[in-house]
Amino acid sequence: MHHMTLAEIARGLAEKKFSSEELTKTLLARIALLDPQLNSFISLTEDLALQQAKAADARRANGESGALLGAPIAHKDLFCTQGIRTSCGSKMLDNFKAPYDATVVAKLAAAGAVTLGKTNMDEFAMGSANESSYYGPVKNPWNLEHVPGGSSGGSAAAVAARLLPAATGTDTGGSIRQPAALTNLTGLKPTYGRVSRWGMIAYASSLDQGGPLARTAEDCAILLQGMAGFDPQDSTSIDEPVPDYSASLNGSLQGLRIGVPKEYFSAGLDPRIAELIHNSVKELEKLGAVIKEISLPNMQHAIPAYYVIAPAEASSNLSRFDGVRFGHRCENPKDLIDLYKRSRGEGFGPEVQRRIMVGAYALSAGYYDAYYLKAQKIRRLIKNDFMAAFKEVDIILGPTTPNPAWKLGAKNSDPVAAYLEDVYTITANLAGLPGLSMPAGFVDGLPVGVQLLAPYFQEGRLLNVAHQYQLNTDWHTRTPTGF
Amino acid sequence: MQWEVVIGLEIHTQLTTRSKIFSGSSTTFGSEPNTQASLVDLGMPGVLPVLNQEAVRMAVMFGLAIDAEIGQHNVFARKNYFYPDLPKGYQISQMELPIVGKGHLDIAMEDGTIKRVGVTRAHLEEDAGKSLHEEFNGATGIDLNRAGTPLLEIVSEPDMRSAKEAVAYVKTIHALVRYLGICDGNMAEGSLRCDCNVSIRPKGQVEFGTRCEIKNVNSFRFIEKAINSEVQRQIELIEDGGKVIQQTRLYDPNKDETRPMRSKEEANDYRYFPDPDLLPVVIEDSFLDDVRATLPELPPQKRERFQAQFGLSVYDASVLATSREQADYFEKVVGISGDAKLAANWVMVELGSLLNKQGVEIDQSPVSAEQLGGMLLRIKDNTISGKIAKVVFEAMANGEGSADEIIDKRGLKQVTDTGAISAVLDEMLAANAEQVEQYRAADEAKRGKMFGFFVGQAMKASKGKANPQQVNELLKSKLEG
Repeated sequence: MHHMTLAEIARGLAEKKFSSEELTKTLLARIALLDPQLNSFISLTEDLALQQAKAADARRANGESGALLGAPIAHKDLFCTQGIRTSCGSKMLDNFKAPYDATVVAKLAAAGAVTLGKTNMDEFAMGSANESSYYGPVKNPWNLEHVPGGSSGGSAAAVAARLLPAATGTDTGGSIRQPAALTNLTGLKPTYGRVSRWGMIAYASSLDQGGPLARTAEDCAILLQGMAGFDPQDSTSIDEPVPDYSASLNGSLQGLRIGVPKEYFSAGLDPRIAELIHNSVKELEKLGAVIKEISLPNMQHAIPAYYVIAPAEASSNLSRFDGVRFGHRCENPKDLIDLYKRSRGEGFGPEVQRRIMVGAYALSAGYYDAYYLKAQKIRRLIKNDFMAAFKEVDIILGPTTPNPAWKLGAKNSDPVAAYLEDVYTITANLAGLPGLSMPAGFVDGLPVGVQLLAPYFQEGRLLNVAHQYQLNTDWHTRTPTGF
Repeated sequence: MQWEVVIGLEIHTQLTTRSKIFSGSSTTFGSEPNTQASLVDLGMPGVLPVLNQEAVRMAVMFGLAIDAEIGQHNVFARKNYFYPDLPKGYQISQMELPIVGKGHLDIAMEDGTIKRVGVTRAHLEEDAGKSLHEEFNGATGIDLNRAGTPLLEIVSEPDMRSAKEAVAYVKTIHALVRYLGICDGNMAEGSLRCDCNVSIRPKGQVEFGTRCEIKNVNSFRFIEKAINSEVQRQIELIEDGGKVIQQTRLYDPNKDETRPMRSKEEANDYRYFPDPDLLPVVIEDSFLDDVRATLPELPPQKRERFQAQFGLSVYDASVLATSREQADYFEKVVGISGDAKLAANWVMVELGSLLNKQGVEIDQSPVSAEQLGGMLLRIKDNTISGKIAKVVFEAMANGEGSADEIIDKRGLKQVTDTGAISAVLDEMLAANAEQVEQYRAADEAKRGKMFGFFVGQAMKASKGKANPQQVNELLKSKLEG
């Protein structure tokens, strides 16, 4: 039962082969058995899950249908869930029960999805290895000595280990696509503004975007359908009709123009990954796609720009965690400054503190023009590169990451080395474009992802290409040993 | 040394939107603490601001009223600092691209001169909550009802040269925002608050002196006193060989002095940057046209019209135009009585002091415009004298009815029957035969003085009701004859 995808579950429930309650119980038991190896969940919500499963079964018995009705999922632990701990992977919010549901949580609940729990993540979504979590690192089910990627590492590991079919994630610089690549999943970061950020605890507001992690493009389409849409509570949400993503899966790739940026294949890329990417290009050519070499000349500036903009926004976004109204408060503060210093010093881990300091520095008087404004200019240049490229091609293709999953702790002493792993994913966030990572093979038994980028609101095109690719390859069906 | 005072003001006006600037919570004043604080106002993790369009409309109204450039692409920015009553750790404000740009305002001084004061900018921002330091046994209570209330911060050029000019400017802004209906102007409740930037320089010097900012002064009287006391402090400091240090200061009305709050070195670096949660506000021309069409006649236009239409002085016209209610009242009285100068006098002097004494606004005046207008008609047709009118006015204020009813009931009608007045005079003169003798014997210069005595006696005898002009004429002929 645990091997089923969302699409298979929807068919099984519709054909009454099993109930949502049975499925939920099975998966909860599997999580209890296997998750101790992975640490992919921060909180399990068994009672809520069973209650939602029964309610979904009742709705189905009353003649309702829907791909998500009774489907088990989990939320990255930065989506606010009413009455349930929403920790952001931080000691700061270890005691925080959100007083409301995020729009994504509410929409999926309304569609009948069953929430099994809240998944582990890098603290405040800051990280690419899921090692900065207050709740401990998450292990990669493909090799328990390796990281699963981050920051949505808990969601990725859980879905890859078949603990559940799909989960939500968020992507600020690659936090859906990179762990998807490192755990052999399909993960989609939608266009900025496609999925509401209301109730999604902010890391970097102008870059954050929620999206699905699943084992197939077909499942990503199902989950994204439940997440996307205009939300008047989010001023950056865009009032654009949501297409039927599942219906977009089956288009032919005949004549599809795929651009491959030459800058992607420079020194930092593992040559074995480069080869797998070329193989996937050949596969898509067989399906009728036309390949074209393109250039994204400003790509090299993306990481520095990102590591100014994201920390700058974070330094401000995280100011509300001050020990006054919610979250961690230090013992016996002697005055206001002491309350602030110790509550924040104790509540935030080192990576979060590092980014707050970098961000505050970049925004401070006398440095703002040199850092923040400059980074915004680079951001515009990167966006312009994409706009120019998309005049010539329909999709941009390349590796999701320069390396496969590294060993736990391997990059702890060098934060910049970890930042460099985001080189391929960050540009989509800076430009606000949709991006998808899908399985493309293995290196040393560790999964490799291929990334597709598309113009604004062309999530359907990304899912279409990925689905057609998955109909003709079987990388995405591979299962990690022991799961 | 002759010193010149330089003053610039920052006025925070709370806009009268029904809900807050970035959340749906009510903005009503005086509710139980934290009952008007939503998830957004509390700065809960994951919440997002949504701009209240009404606040934008009000800011644009203000901008159009002061002839300002409107920022057709204006941007909200975060002003970052930690304070317990600032829930998010930043205030959403506007920095580089405010909604209202350069404009100006004309202020009328008591001596009848008009002075133009430049407005540098006005921007929208959210108010903070309140820290309550009493009643918590040494701890601090936080009330977030006010957090997120929309403010329009109006920044003037350093154009004012005296505390009096500063007060006249604040009064003009106060009148304007109330005319526009965008702020209730209630300074006691903090709806309109003022920061005063004060510096001095030797007369004739072009460069400005070092300024101090007096924070949060909340009455016209205190603005004047605070500025004067700060000016005095700066003059004494410099004349004693000291230097003014740039500082934020607080005014203590009990001691009539300003005290330092924090110096420039301690000032926060607010790390402003555009708020990524809010899109730039784009204001279309059609929106500007719509707002412009809703603008009422504003105080300067009204003042000019009062001068031209009614022949009033600049100062009288500007006082009457101070509030919409007062101007409307005045115009109603003029309409009934047909005498603008008489109406202006009565509204400004007698009515003014009555309202002042009772501590009420003109829209709750115990004497209606209809009543006052009716009474002025009776002065004009000689039914009552100006002196009796004061008695009638007081009776109207006591709720005794219309002027006509009061005059009738109390028998206050002026006596204009020559025969009746003549009889009263004859009787009075007979009773004062000695004085009449003296008068007749006196020279012209002395007679003038003595004549007043007879007028007084005559008015007393008629209980004030005899027409004074007739009394004069008849007396003269009786005494001289």
